[in-house]
Amino acid sequence: MQLSELQEIAQSVIRQARDAGATDAECTMQDGAEFSANVRMGELETLKEAGSRGAGLRVLIGRRMGSSYTSDLTPDGIRQMVRSAIDLAAVTTEDPNAALPEPEELGSLRTDLRLFSEDVAGLPTELKIDAAKRAEAAALAFDPRITNSEGGSFDSNIGGRVFANSRGFAGAYRSTYCSISAVPVATQGESMERDYWFTIARDYAGLEDAALVGRMAAERTVRRLGAVKVETQKVPVIFEPRVARTLLGNLFEAVEGRAIYRQASFLAGKLGEKIADERITLIDDGTLPGLFGSQPFDDEGVPTRRTMVIERGVLKNYLLNTYTARKLGMKTTGNASRGITGNAGIGYGNFFLEAGQKSAEEILRGVKNGFYVTELIGSGVNTVTGDYSRGAVGIWVRDGELAFPVSEVTIASTLQEMLNGVAEIGNDLEFRGSVSAPTIMIGEMTVAGR
Amino acid sequence: MSFSDSFFAVRFGISRRDLENYLSEALSRGGDYADLYFEYLATSSISIDESIVKSATQGVSLGVGVRVISGERTGYAYSDDLSPEKIRHAAQVAALIASGPAKVETASLQEGRKRNLYPVLTAPSETAFKERVELAQRADRAARAYDSRVFQVQVTYADNLRQVMVATSDGVLNFDRQPLARMSVLALAKDTDGVPQQGHAGGGGRYELDWFQTERTPEYFAKEAARQAIMQLGAAEVPAGEQIVVLGPGWPGVLLHEAVGHGLEADFNRKGVSAFSGRIGQQVASPLCTIIDDGTIGGRRGSLNVDDEGNQTQRNVLIENGILRGYLQDKLSSRILGTAPTGSGRRESYEHIPMPRMTNTFMLAGESDPADIIKSVPRGLYCANFAGGQVDITSGNFVFSASESYLIEDGKLTRPVKNATLIGNGPEAMKHVSMVGNDLKLDEGIGVCGKEGQSVPVGVGIPTVRIDRMTVGGTA
Repeated sequence: MQLSELQEIAQSVIRQARDAGATDAECTMQDGAEFSANVRMGELETLKEAGSRGAGLRVLIGRRMGSSYTSDLTPDGIRQMVRSAIDLAAVTTEDPNAALPEPEELGSLRTDLRLFSEDVAGLPTELKIDAAKRAEAAALAFDPRITNSEGGSFDSNIGGRVFANSRGFAGAYRSTYCSISAVPVATQGESMERDYWFTIARDYAGLEDAALVGRMAAERTVRRLGAVKVETQKVPVIFEPRVARTLLGNLFEAVEGRAIYRQASFLAGKLGEKIADERITLIDDGTLPGLFGSQPFDDEGVPTRRTMVIERGVLKNYLLNTYTARKLGMKTTGNASRGITGNAGIGYGNFFLEAGQKSAEEILRGVKNGFYVTELIGSGVNTVTGDYSRGAVGIWVRDGELAFPVSEVTIASTLQEMLNGVAEIGNDLEFRGSVSAPTIMIGEMTVAGR
Repeated sequence: MSFSDSFFAVRFGISRRDLENYLSEALSRGGDYADLYFEYLATSSISIDESIVKSATQGVSLGVGVRVISGERTGYAYSDDLSPEKIRHAAQVAALIASGPAKVETASLQEGRKRNLYPVLTAPSETAFKERVELAQRADRAARAYDSRVFQVQVTYADNLRQVMVATSDGVLNFDRQPLARMSVLALAKDTDGVPQQGHAGGGGRYELDWFQTERTPEYFAKEAARQAIMQLGAAEVPAGEQIVVLGPGWPGVLLHEAVGHGLEADFNRKGVSAFSGRIGQQVASPLCTIIDDGTIGGRRGSLNVDDEGNQTQRNVLIENGILRGYLQDKLSSRILGTAPTGSGRRESYEHIPMPRMTNTFMLAGESDPADIIKSVPRGLYCANFAGGQVDITSGNFVFSASESYLIEDGKLTRPVKNATLIGNGPEAMKHVSMVGNDLKLDEGIGVCGKEGQSVPVGVGIPTVRIDRMTVGGTA
């Protein structure tokens, strides 16, 4: 479906909602086409290709709110969606802070964010399958210990987004991405391990070579073989970029407006205070061209922007949508985020930690006895209290060298102590998704093992 | 009910002949097998926070997924439009996985055997919305009334009614109406100037709304969430390292889901990438352990009349007295491995390819008195509740995070401790089970299992169990 058709439907939804008694209304529409090819042991395994659409509506009747969604964009489906939201608004309670953004807050960035590339739509299926095959083949050829594979994949997506509200905002944009990944399996005696690597870009030309992806995945897998459990001890812990990103994910939960007004964050009430080591500068920026967290307006029709969250260790800003901003007596930061269902929550744009000076090698060279973490599992992070306890896999560091693989251990501390205990930040910041971080070293954490 | 009275036949005018034609189209390029999965999903949710209804949402999604299997290859396409031309187009796209002339004919469709594990006359999503708002409001009031230190309460109520129909080229035609409801309560408590702590409780299943009036009331979940939050206020640090761990009955069964269940899903084992691959007939747990996955328990969140590939669900013995007995199969794996289906093919929606998944996974009761199990531990950790877990099926390493635990000292529960992560290795951890209680309990009905980006509702259960050795992450 053309974006213009979706925009017309969105305008009609707003009109119908107003006619049915809504004092305000906003409509989100999505259109997506997905493709994925998985190859395993050199053979095509699955091929998936399809498209879908959906619409979501939020209405306000005074200070009462109701929302609804549908995948049925026929006139009947749309009428039912409008009816449904209006009916719900009638039975909910008044919320003094329920409101759309003020008209002067609405708008869209005018710069070209380079979110869409024609070439993704035109890629021949054979070429996509071949990329997945090449990634897997390179992984299998990398080392004789790579004995098996969960496969190589090529995924791509073409999406359209439309947003309109009763305060005059109407906007639309398209975006694309494609990615290649490989998941090899290595064995050595009783030990079996898997790991993965991927490349992702807005256009095909931006992807790294498939064979490189395969080799990276294989290298990461092989180095995990023969992992041991270490003694329980307190040591410096170094997070490689792929896992350092997850720390940012934890911090996001602690700085988003909802957690703040509910006092459900260890950072609530700490604005303007020094909460981290001076090396920490944490930024959210939805305006960076070509990146995965960029969009011209947020999911309430407010232009995205650059927000300094932590500047040299000082907590500067929370990330807010209209509702949480009203609750806190602040202004939205353009971080409203929603799918088709429900109300706008809060999301990040490109959420990243500023790079430091040293390379990862230089950082490791300075570690006498420590743990270099390459994977984390489990959900043991409590952003209300800051308690941090997760399962970890990685490599032990001895006298500045990567010495031997470690698994079946946990690392623990509190986010407060980790933020203040940052000892090094690497220079290896790469934007491989919406959340990006360089290597981070924490001075001391508890590693629990034997 | 017969096909002609079924949801998709009545509402969308889909005939048996239509289904057979779509399947033939899907097999037109030489595929070995094809199936159609029709889904109509109506959902509602209510979220209360600060005693205000912050969100009330209702909606509908519908569509059909078409799958074609050719050898070990799968082609998949879907449409969110049920018009004949769109379904035919999806069938043509899925058909492209094979190349050649059609070689399999669609068998004439026969309706599967009928049973009803959830005889729900009026699904919760078909009741007045106001009634459901009031249930959520009751939970909010009860959590706040529990203790003056409770200062924030969030209640979420969500239900859905899923109508599904599966038609396969080997002649299976099945349809099902699957109601599901869940309430959850999150409470935050703090002492004056203290650090806030949270507690969480919830439950539900495939029941009438009345279940929340008679079986598990909003007050029950609210008090439980508030109690846990208050309990955490006085929690001490947890010592890190290997310890004796006692799991309480019920939700701690998530251990089985992570340590054992995922590793026994046939897709991983067919590919030889699970820590349990090739171990059927071997001792993988203590002889005290018999572990079952059962999709046929009436009303349970993880139960289904038919799986998402049209097979009846069943009771599957995974581990019997410590010996590995079998894997959980989906259509593709059982075709390739030449084994019987286990009714374990599930998918999140019509947009997703089915995979082998768990339903309700639990350990059978043993003979020990739970009190004796605690009494037997000189020093260790008692975990009454967990937040969730994760597993790396290849190495077998799994973690799960406690949400309510106590120190055991000289055979007694002494103090509550902070929430730690526990870690173990699947085929090893279960060998250290040394006592199994006589108090098997299933969870309250809140589990969601994620695999390769697909979420499905599941259940777990376990009696009180003593594990002699497990690494506890500690909290500082």
